[in-house]
Amino acid sequence: MHDISAHAAQHHAPPTSFIRKYVFSLDHKVIGKQYYALALLAALSGMLLSWAMRIHLGWTNAAIPGLQLLSKTGAPGGVITPEYYLQLMTMHGTIMVFFVLTTAPFAAFGNFFLPIQVGAEDMPFPRFNMMSFWVTFVAFVVLMSSFFVGDGPTLGGWTQYAPLNSVGSVAGPGQGAGVVLWMTSIALFCVGQLLGALNFITTTLDLRVKGMSLMRLPLSAWAWFITSCMGLTAFAVLMPACILVILDHVAGTSFFVASNLVINDQLQPHSGGSTLLWQHLFWFFGHPEVYIAIVPGIGIVSHILITNMRKPMLSQRVLIYSMGALAVLSYMVYGHHMFVSGMNPFSSLAFSFPTLVITIPSTIVVLIWTFSLYGSKLRINSASLFALGFISMFVSGGVSGFFLAQPSIDIMLHATYFVVGHFHMVMGVAAMFGIFGGTYFWFPKMAGRMMNETLGRIHFWLSFVGTYCIFMPFHYLGMAGNVRRYSSFPEDFLQPLLPLHRFITVAALLTGAAQLIFVYNLIHSRFWGKPAPDNPWEATSLEWSTATPPPFDNFGGKHPVVYHDPFQYGVQSSVGDYVMQASPEQVKTEHEEK
Amino acid sequence: MATTVHEPPQIDPHRLPDQGTSGNGGWRNMVPADGDLRVALDYSPPPSSTGIWVVLFAITMMFAAFTSALIVRKGSSLDWRTFSLPSILYFNTLLLLASSVTLEVSRRRVAAFMGGSKSHPESPARWLYITLFLGLLFVAGQYVAWSQLSAQGLYLATNPSSSFFYVLTATHALHVLGGLGGLIYVIRKLSKSALRRNTLVATARYWHFMDVLWLYLILLLWIKL
Repeated sequence: MHDISAHAAQHHAPPTSFIRKYVFSLDHKVIGKQYYALALLAALSGMLLSWAMRIHLGWTNAAIPGLQLLSKTGAPGGVITPEYYLQLMTMHGTIMVFFVLTTAPFAAFGNFFLPIQVGAEDMPFPRFNMMSFWVTFVAFVVLMSSFFVGDGPTLGGWTQYAPLNSVGSVAGPGQGAGVVLWMTSIALFCVGQLLGALNFITTTLDLRVKGMSLMRLPLSAWAWFITSCMGLTAFAVLMPACILVILDHVAGTSFFVASNLVINDQLQPHSGGSTLLWQHLFWFFGHPEVYIAIVPGIGIVSHILITNMRKPMLSQRVLIYSMGALAVLSYMVYGHHMFVSGMNPFSSLAFSFPTLVITIPSTIVVLIWTFSLYGSKLRINSASLFALGFISMFVSGGVSGFFLAQPSIDIMLHATYFVVGHFHMVMGVAAMFGIFGGTYFWFPKMAGRMMNETLGRIHFWLSFVGTYCIFMPFHYLGMAGNVRRYSSFPEDFLQPLLPLHRFITVAALLTGAAQLIFVYNLIHSRFWGKPAPDNPWEATSLEWSTATPPPFDNFGGKHPVVYHDPFQYGVQSSVGDYVMQASPEQVKTEHEEK
Repeated sequence: MATTVHEPPQIDPHRLPDQGTSGNGGWRNMVPADGDLRVALDYSPPPSSTGIWVVLFAITMMFAAFTSALIVRKGSSLDWRTFSLPSILYFNTLLLLASSVTLEVSRRRVAAFMGGSKSHPESPARWLYITLFLGLLFVAGQYVAWSQLSAQGLYLATNPSSSFFYVLTATHALHVLGGLGGLIYVIRKLSKSALRRNTLVATARYWHFMDVLWLYLILLLWIKL
């Protein structure tokens, strides 16, 4: 290692005041933890909303205690009205997609570990990094404030389709101020993520230490890098789209509202706008967004599996190329969300083909995992269990994607619970399992203490079985014709499905409750857990070379030098069956990537 | 069977950390030839030169989104009204192009000064002030253009064509204001003799990009409006 003078090494001095240390911190590790805390808060909020929705779906007239405090008109006496159901659903989706699935696996873990994994002291633009978090935090506050403004949050779903997103309160409760707040929140979120992407990309390209070539980056670092490139492209398009909607609202422009539109018996003053335009702009962001949620999980899970298999993947290079292919293709498939939107049918064909093609890199990733796992002596722990759970969810949810990719089948399945089941499994629960796996794996390094392993395993099995109980039946409901976004099912053909809905509700309540085990484990371990050694998993990447928790400048005034590929397991070295990236020790192996 | 240990890659011993403007050298940009960072007192983070490309890419995507929205919106209905662009826009274009020239003069003088030339360090500052003035004049000129249009009764919501005119020009003007902030930062650093070359290079790239973007926008508006 090379010594670094304080002047040369750090972009900013260690903070001394409480505010600079824990609130407006420039340290990427603190910012990573802040993102994690925000994601946890958002996840719990989103989960409570889903509980309320599920109870209402199972027992339509049930009063949910306390809900009337959130909205007297939306939930009089605690009973959810159909409109309020849609408002809760919109907020559930928005909170989960933006503030949990984007924030936790990418911004939280990436912020904490990307600079350490490349051997840097910090991100290159720490002030932008701090702004990135606080802008995201303000975005969350703005979104949640819509619960308490006017007639509550918007009811348009997380996709906020035009023209209902642009015409104001005539379109229903929350479609006035609620939409403006939603759009403002998401535009701010875009700014936060663009600032984050700027730091992630420059960290990866410019701050790698001596010997750390691109192919020596761990798979998690590659995943964060690829995700930041996707985010840079996607959020830069969503933000102007949000601005145009806000202008339709507050300035009376007509970007998205067509002529002679009558809503609730009122002729709208707008003219000539294109409703499809919003869908194009939104889904150009929206489809890459699901990969922004899942690719970090792919990287994290690969990292965890390799460490616990004690051998590298069959090919690190092919895994990286597959993640890159997912990123590129994700921009070419977005029209598959619009097969029934009235788009030109030839466009459907054009979008269907790359949608089927994108299953190829996904399948390659899964096959590499499977064949690498084959014959390995996997160390079973909470992290590796959640990694296996991720694969299971990714495959189960991914298979239904084959059906939805065909326009002819999608016409029947579109806007049914089949779609809801598909995306909840493939990018919702799978990404959550990636977050859980990452937490059990990296918590010792982040907090300096070990998490309780027994509670972790209980948490896994309850979550694994529970999520299958919730989301597998969704596919059946969808095939039976159960439309999504209905708040109750009075129709004759849906009545027989009610017992299944009630089963799902019970499963959702129990699975949600099981997450409290995780929260307890997290908080208890943070303060009273067993102190963690520097390298509890006998792992190889740079974050395990430094102290636990890492010092302010990550490597204690030194720059590591990298001698090895990231995952050198199955070798004989002085420390065991692995050799760390920063160790100059010579070992022999068959697994070296050229 | 292959040994996993490799010697760290060799680098040119004459290469200093802040030399070169490519920026994409990983550790090569951070670590002097002998690996001793204590000599790198003039440490200058090259990520600024990579970072500025990242920023420019994001801005490009943003205006690409606006452009595609304009094309789709124009084709989706018959309510699109054409109008003549205010002639002051062409004068503003010349102002912005001139500001790029003055900034480039300034950048070259700073580079020469950092390279050991004995030219007076205040000289680049003067050219930076001229650039700043021209930039401010450009934004003021845009304001005049908006006033002229509104005097004709063309407001933001009057017609989709005027909506796009205001949205595109205002978003560009906001980005120019950001560039002016960057110029003020550069002037302040220069006056304290603490300017890093990469900062100036990044600011200049951003400013020139504002030029190119404006040329693109005025062409787009001229064709579509």
